[in-house]
Amino acid sequence: MILVYTEINKGRVKKASLECLNYASKIAQLIGSSVTALVNNADESQLLEIGKAGATKILSIKNDKLNSDGVYICAAVEQAVKAENAKLIIFAFDITGKAVAPRLSAKLKAGLVAGAVDYPVVNGSTLEVKKNVFSGKATAVYSINSDVKIISLLPNSFPVKLGDNTATVVDFSVDLSTTISKIIIKETKSTDVAGMIPLPEAELVVSAGRGLKGPENWGIVEDLAKVLNATTACSRPVADMHWRPHHEHVGQTGVAIRPNLYIAIGISGAIQHLAGVNGSKTIVVINNDKEAPFFKSADYGVVGDAFTILPKLTEALKKFKANQN
Amino acid sequence: MNILVAISNVPDTTTKIQFTDGDTKFNSAGVTFVINPYDEWYALVRALEIKEANIAQKVTIIHVGLADSEATIRKGLALGADDAVRIDAEGPDAFFVGEQIANYAKANGYELIMVGKETINYNGSSVGAIIAGVLDLPFVSLATKLDIEGNKATIEHDIDGGTQIIECELPLVLSAAKGMAEQRIPNMRGIMAARTKPLTVVAASNATPLTSIKSFTLSAGRTTCKMITEDDLDELVNLLHTEAKVI
Repeated sequence: MILVYTEINKGRVKKASLECLNYASKIAQLIGSSVTALVNNADESQLLEIGKAGATKILSIKNDKLNSDGVYICAAVEQAVKAENAKLIIFAFDITGKAVAPRLSAKLKAGLVAGAVDYPVVNGSTLEVKKNVFSGKATAVYSINSDVKIISLLPNSFPVKLGDNTATVVDFSVDLSTTISKIIIKETKSTDVAGMIPLPEAELVVSAGRGLKGPENWGIVEDLAKVLNATTACSRPVADMHWRPHHEHVGQTGVAIRPNLYIAIGISGAIQHLAGVNGSKTIVVINNDKEAPFFKSADYGVVGDAFTILPKLTEALKKFKANQN
Repeated sequence: MNILVAISNVPDTTTKIQFTDGDTKFNSAGVTFVINPYDEWYALVRALEIKEANIAQKVTIIHVGLADSEATIRKGLALGADDAVRIDAEGPDAFFVGEQIANYAKANGYELIMVGKETINYNGSSVGAIIAGVLDLPFVSLATKLDIEGNKATIEHDIDGGTQIIECELPLVLSAAKGMAEQRIPNMRGIMAARTKPLTVVAASNATPLTSIKSFTLSAGRTTCKMITEDDLDELVNLLHTEAKVI
């Protein structure tokens, strides 16, 4: 049995969790197994969606403690693993998965591949899983040699497909009486912008750098993002100079993203920036310097002044969208 | 209070990555190794600042690796750490490394264990949470601010779609991200002092790695960039739709 830790965030089943359910369902077909999802505080429609994404059984928890500290999530997953005799556990390689999957790995002595990008290959009693290494410059095939195995899946590795499967929902009560959390939450601030998909989940990202010359010029970037329904991002210097908020910073030290389309405007393409965006499926670079190193890592390039190109590109996209409707 | 900072020995960011032995090993020939930037700039430097403010008594660097990593460890001592420990083993996977560090920390009494948010070679973001799991300690990931008062840590950290301020009693394990501290350059006095600071080599405790690497493949990268003139942006939109199929 494959257990998928599934998370609800801001009223939705996380996209990364739906990807994990799809992923697990494909593995279940491959090895002749079934998929059980573990979820906390899911409502009817969310449970339905989890079934459509590939779970045949759902362990439904109602326990607010799980929202406060990863130690509770780890204990809940551990109990579900034992109750269901799970041999493979899938997490998303997101903020929760990065904090919980390794802890569970230590608790269960279960080998973990953190950030898988492809389906595992069965080799005897081992699973062989590919992941990115050297910040995207290479991939490595890891062999998981332990009896119980854990994979965390890099978000946006596979598109989400929903079928018409209905899962059996079972109430699952976790015993957290011996699990101690010492973390006291004092304050939570949201950086979400209304109507904008958060960066780690975004499929379309419009990002700008120092080439924009100042924060007052971001209107043309936002116009372009709006017509695409894309999320805005920025380079490190722009965040460091406080032209844009810190959470928009993409790159090695900021948020690592892998959208379908990344449009980089006025960003030279330093190696640290590339390390955080080179997983993007398609990269468009707009820069007035034809020697900008980013062009070497782009699929499409436009050399010229962002202040004339961006409004034109926004118009061209508006025309395209109008023709599509 | 004593702080243990785990560091990884990684190829410098600009390294051209190559593999050897039939693509099963990283080729370290001619490669410059550095302290993993997140371990150094954020975890180690913040630990040193806390010590300089007389809140911590000692900052110890710990590294799981072979003798060839000692130059990197000395750089950490040059930045100001008091002493260092090298667990003498290759460090085959995150579980092995995490368990070694956890065992050492437990035997030698550290109230705060700090790691960087990920290493730039294996990008697993796993060791910190593994240490916390082995020791049953609280774990705070992606810390961007850390203050210690008595036995209490106040930490600001990144969460899904926002940030959070938490309080936690020591001992604890945290992973450090951008914002914790600014990069430091070791000065001559630090470099001289580092030569004589204690670097203890400890044999690895019994632990079995749970995973192993079978092979590496270099990423293909992008070969050609199609250039489009700024008067032909309709063509760019068309290519994004029909060729790249992303809009």
